[in-house]
This record gives sequence, structure tokens and C-alpha cells, in this order.
Amino acid sequence: MIQFFQYLGISTRTSFTKLGRGTFFLLQTISGIFNVIPRPRLLLNQMYSVGVLSFLIIIISGLFVGMVLGLQGYYTLSDFGAEETLGVMVAASLVRELGPVVSALLFAGRAGSALTAEIGLMKATEQLSGMEMMAVDPIKRIISPRFLAGFLSMPLLAALFSAVGIIGGQMIGSGLLGVDEGAYWSQMQANLDFQDDIINGVIKSLVFGFVTSWIALFEGYDTIPTSEGVSRATTRTVVNSAFSILGLDFILTTLMFGDD
Amino acid sequence: MQHHSTQDTLVGLFVASGIVALFFLAMQVSNLSTFVEEDSYTITARFENSGGLKVKSPVSAAGVKIGKVSNILFDPQTYQSVVQMSIYSRYNTMPEDTTASIFTAGLLGEQYVNLDPGGSDVYLKDNGKIEITQSAIILEKAIGQFLFKSAEEKK
Repeated sequence: MIQFFQYLGISTRTSFTKLGRGTFFLLQTISGIFNVIPRPRLLLNQMYSVGVLSFLIIIISGLFVGMVLGLQGYYTLSDFGAEETLGVMVAASLVRELGPVVSALLFAGRAGSALTAEIGLMKATEQLSGMEMMAVDPIKRIISPRFLAGFLSMPLLAALFSAVGIIGGQMIGSGLLGVDEGAYWSQMQANLDFQDDIINGVIKSLVFGFVTSWIALFEGYDTIPTSEGVSRATTRTVVNSAFSILGLDFILTTLMFGDD
Repeated sequence: MQHHSTQDTLVGLFVASGIVALFFLAMQVSNLSTFVEEDSYTITARFENSGGLKVKSPVSAAGVKIGKVSNILFDPQTYQSVVQMSIYSRYNTMPEDTTASIFTAGLLGEQYVNLDPGGSDVYLKDNGKIEITQSAIILEKAIGQFLFKSAEEKK
């Protein structure tokens, strides 16, 4: 019985210390961003490995998600004779939910895990300590550019995902199933609002980009410097990112689309 | 150096395509292209019942959209619904005796205000009032009346 409480105490304390370390790490990272601005090369390299290399998986997944939405939406909507509203359904679900959420999940799997493994290995091979010995702050030099790159890439990737998905839905809807192309676009334009839908979707993806990059970098930075530690940290990145994205999505959706 | 410049190009392409995608979402998918505020003037109409009319519902004349509903208020003195509409300035020749009625478009029940121009030579000005109005047809009411009538006839 005592052991149980002891265990509970230890796990509460460790999780709170970790949260504290994570917050401190985040503040350091954000203050390090000012050091990135005079060195755009650092940011550019990270934009390449975080953004450009995630480009293909985002485009392909977006296309297929859009095409599946087009098919499924058509089957359901044609029961009510409302095939013309297919565009609204595809666009609204992509822009509001699937675009930010699915691209953030893919981003966590593709870029987040790579970031954790990279930073974790740097720590395990004592490259980070080496930098400190040379009086180079590893947070400013290594972490901040990666954080900024993740934060900036996420909304672009989400927008690409949604745009490609909408085009995929149109390809299936009006190319294969015979929904009128004009109706597809005009219904979409009439029913989607720039402020309520597009901007809120971008805000969501910014939040997800922030959280995913934070988790990935912190897990890497905080890893136990062994090969097993790095592998665990990588797993934790993906799992924790997925939980945070889905949980935050629920909260953001209630805040954004609640009153109507 | 060669390696750097290809990387730069790829990052540039990535950022550009992301911005194009955002632009596509803004212009093609949402209503931003119609969002640009046109010059407009406000007129008000009082309805016994404005039904399912909403702010931003279209205002049309002869089937063409000439404005939108900007505000709907309840007047606690007369128990009427006060509908404010902003009409685009280029349609500034609506006669004073225009009739405003609330119609339903399509099966899904989107409601809009229809303006039926009268014959007066005096035009409606900014903050002008439409005197002749016809309320929304509430389907439940209409069905109720119809049932009531047919029950009376059977007696």
C-alpha cells in the first residue's frame, strides 16, 4: 500500500519536473529565435529537412484523403439528392479538421521523429556537450532554427494538404461521379467563410506546429544518452504529439466553432 | 555551393507552393473574393415575422443579388422584426414604394429578402425605410391553417 503511494508520488513528481524542464526549454528556444534571424542559412537548412522532405508525403496523403472524401461524400449525399453540396462537405472537412490534424500527425511521424532522433543522437555522441565546450549555445545554434522551421512549415503543409485534397475531391466528384463542376466550386464558395474556416484552420495548424516541434525537440534534448534512450524518446515524440494534437484539436474546435 | 543553391531552390519552391495553396484556399474555396466590401447604403424594413432570415442572407431584386442583410433586431415596442439591409451603391435607384418580402430559395430552406420595385419617382436614400413588407411564410403555420381549413370543410 505504502509502495503504491510512493510510486504515485514519484511519477507525479517526475512528470511535473519534466513539464517544468520542458517549459524552461521552450522559453530558452523562443528567446534563441532572435539569434536565428542574422543567420538565415541555419533556418533554410532546417526548412529543407523539415518542410521540403515532408512535402511529398503531405501531397500524396492529401490527394488520397480528398479523393476518399469525394467518394464517401457522394455516396451519402446522393441518398438525399444533394450531390451538389459535395464541394462544401469536402472543403469544410478538409479546411476545418482533416487538413490541420492529419498533416500535423504526418508531420509528427515524418519530421518530429527525425528531429528527436537527430538531437538525441547528438546528445548521445556528446556533440551538444562539445558545442558547449566551444562556448556555442546548442539551444541557439541547434534547437531554435529547427523549432522555427517546424513552426513555419506546418501551416504551409496544412494548406497544401487541404488544397490538394479539395482538388482530389473535385477530380473524383466531377470527373468520375458526375457532380457539376460549377456547383462544386460555387457551393463551396457560398458556404465557406474566410474568417471562420480558413483563418481558423491556419491558427490550428500554427498551434499544432508549435506543439509538435516543441515535443520533438524537447524529447530529443531530454533523452537518456543511450541508444535505447533515443529509441524510447522517438516513440514518445510520436505518441505524445498524436495525443496533444488530437486533444488540442478538440479544445480549439469547441472554442472556434462553438457559437453559431 | 552547388548543393546549397539546389537546397535554396527547393525551400523556395516549397514556401511558394505553400503560399499559393493558402491563396487558393482564400480565393477559390472561401468567399474572400466576394468579401471585398462594396460601397453600400442601408435601408430598413419591418416585418411581422422574419422567419429563418439571418445576417448575411442575400437581398435580391428580380433574382439578382443587390445586397445583403446586415442586422436583424427585435423591436420591443411594436413586437416586429427590424431588418437592416445594405444595398450596393450602384443600385441606388430603388423606388420609395418598393415591397420587401421574405422568400425561401431551394429545398434546404435558405431564406432571402426579395425587393419588388414600385412605381414612385422618389428613390430610397441611406437609412430609408421600406413601408410595404410581406413576412416570411412559416411552413408550420401554413400547414396548420391548411389542415384546419380542410377539417372545417368536412363538417
